[in-house]
Amino acid sequence: MFPLRITGLRFQPNGRAVLDGLDLEVSGEGISVVLGPNGTGKTLLLRLLAGLLPADGGTIRWGEAASPSERLAMVFQQPMLLRMSVFTNVEFALRPQALTSAERHRRTNEVLERVGLAHRTGDCARLLSGGERQRLALARAWAMRPRLLLLDEPTASLDPSATEAVERIIREIRTEGAKVLMTTHNLGQATRLADDIIFLANGRVQEHESAQRFFARPQSPAARAFLQGELPWRIAFDH
Amino acid sequence: MAHRFRSLVTLLSLLAGVAFAQETLTVASTTSTEQSGLFGWILPKFEQATGIKAHVVAVGTGQALEIGRRGDADVLLVHDRVAEDKFVAEGYGSYRLDVMYNDFVVIGPKADPAKVRAAGNTVEALKSIAANQQTFISRGDKSGTNAAELRLWKQAGIDPKTLAGYKEAGSGMGPTLNMAASLNAYTLSDRATWGAFKNRGELDIVLAGDPILFNPYGVIPVNPQRHPHVKKAAAERFAQWLTSPAGQEAIAAFRADNQPVFFPNAKK
Amino acid sequence: MSQTLLDALALLGSFDHRLLEIVGLSLRVSLSALTIGTLLGLPLGAWLAVARFPGRGGLIVLLNALMGLPSVVVGVLVYLLLSRSGPLGSYGLLFSPAAMIVAQSLLVVPLIAAVSRQIVEDAWKDYAPEFSLIGIGRMQAVVLLLTDCRFSLTVATLAGLGRAMSEVGAVMIVGGNIDGYTRVMTTAIALETSKGDLALSIALGLVLMSLILGLNVAAYSVRCWASRRYG
Repeated sequence: MFPLRITGLRFQPNGRAVLDGLDLEVSGEGISVVLGPNGTGKTLLLRLLAGLLPADGGTIRWGEAASPSERLAMVFQQPMLLRMSVFTNVEFALRPQALTSAERHRRTNEVLERVGLAHRTGDCARLLSGGERQRLALARAWAMRPRLLLLDEPTASLDPSATEAVERIIREIRTEGAKVLMTTHNLGQATRLADDIIFLANGRVQEHESAQRFFARPQSPAARAFLQGELPWRIAFDH
Repeated sequence: MAHRFRSLVTLLSLLAGVAFAQETLTVASTTSTEQSGLFGWILPKFEQATGIKAHVVAVGTGQALEIGRRGDADVLLVHDRVAEDKFVAEGYGSYRLDVMYNDFVVIGPKADPAKVRAAGNTVEALKSIAANQQTFISRGDKSGTNAAELRLWKQAGIDPKTLAGYKEAGSGMGPTLNMAASLNAYTLSDRATWGAFKNRGELDIVLAGDPILFNPYGVIPVNPQRHPHVKKAAAERFAQWLTSPAGQEAIAAFRADNQPVFFPNAKK
Repeated sequence: MSQTLLDALALLGSFDHRLLEIVGLSLRVSLSALTIGTLLGLPLGAWLAVARFPGRGGLIVLLNALMGLPSVVVGVLVYLLLSRSGPLGSYGLLFSPAAMIVAQSLLVVPLIAAVSRQIVEDAWKDYAPEFSLIGIGRMQAVVLLLTDCRFSLTVATLAGLGRAMSEVGAVMIVGGNIDGYTRVMTTAIALETSKGDLALSIALGLVLMSLILGLNVAAYSVRCWASRRYG
């Protein structure tokens, strides 16, 4: 299912192009972080890849196929938690898979252990703190054993220690062999996690570099301006 | 499917707590017999004598006859002689027996603006109500009382629908009396319902005792040849008991508002 | 009016076992109908919330309109159905508590289905993307959403309870208001009103209202406790 090749991807609700002929190639290893100013379509890109929205043009190729041949999972910025126990919030996501109930329970307990929620399995998910909710959402995605994990702003509005816990889990998921494609606004997080950076502006990929090179010598003027904090927010809406 | 439906019916019956132990009988009768309290008085005696529990559905005579026609009651106790005879003639009822009578009374404002008290008889009273342009509330529900009232207007030679003060309540005797009380209007009622009625306001009996107001009740077992499921034996026992000396004495002993309102008249 | 109310309160003190019988039958009939209505209405509403098929919009409008279905119309329909001369006449259910349960169930199912459809659909909008990625099927979604919305759905059930307990048109026609057998609170009130005994009507009305109020208080307390417990 890799490399993932995107060519000429367009998305233009009500005629206004948010993604305007985006080209991108993503390998099957490591953590790719999508950076870019607000409104450039970072979240949109993830949703289009997840198949939650139809594109208005362009193609997405998964290796040689038109659709992903292996499982993908996504964690949303505001993760959806059922008014049920922490345990059930992971376990229900395994029900569509052909697993025995014992195997579902084993996997659920295992991931909850690994995200540090083993002591809260019986509690109601809606009563968790922000950091715990995010870890629970990651546990659910992790339990599904995806080949590709899409993360939309996984640590937005979390405090530093909760952010650190989430980053540790993301690294562990990568180590287990899943490809991670995530968005963030936290440049520090990008430097800590990213193997490569995809910089998005004006509806296109302006730069796709290894993290080291991107932060050391950004090539495009837009990326340079973004890193210096000079890029106006409205750039995505410019004509 | 049929099997499943039967289980559903059984479940419903369990939910509803239907008692299968005691023999029951469905009686379709009139609001006058129920609301006056007559059934509350005689049915325990009937149950004691026969062990049969009678379920009374109290509606207008017209609807009671319709319930019988559809086979939804086992026996009828109603008061509209013309319609009753037709019911039996058409084969819906096995036979009809005289049970009792009560009488209709003309109810009106105590002040009696139409001077009904002075009219002497009912036909003259209706003429006087029409001439004085007083309000008259009709049942308007095809009940026995309604049928009797319409016959009286006919005898008076008046089409009541042309009168400005003529209003059809379209409901039972009680609601009609409630309406008459609030409008201070005239109406025709059976004596039994009036006797048990509490919300009288300024109303009183303004005319009674006219032979034309005689109101006979008959009992009719529903014909099992038409509706094989009817409880033939229980229905016949009900009819026999009502017309027996025991039933007739019970009817005679009934009081509403300390007055006898039903008078037994079964043929010996 | 105030004198009638005083008489009514005095009567309440002197109520006997016959009143308890009427109250008991009201509860038995309405709670049975509510049970049936909930078992059918909730899944129907949830399924309608997640299903997509041609004519779905029309079905929703129809269901919403059926919330206003006059109880007397249901009464006549069930009467014709259960009458000895009707298609289901052979079961002999007319003029029995079972007939009243059937009629009230028919009144309650569309109400519960329509309210729960709205509640579940609102929740479904939030959950749909994640469910589709996880691969949750329609039937699994129905079960999960009903469980997830269980506290909000008490409103649908309470609406059904109110409708069942307060309606008089249907039970009067299919039950026949038979003394000691199918007489419930509402038909007793109608009867006493037609006998001109307004004080007794109001007394019975007060009992009925306290009953409905009590059931609502109980449901509300459970809901408050549950939302503290489950968020």
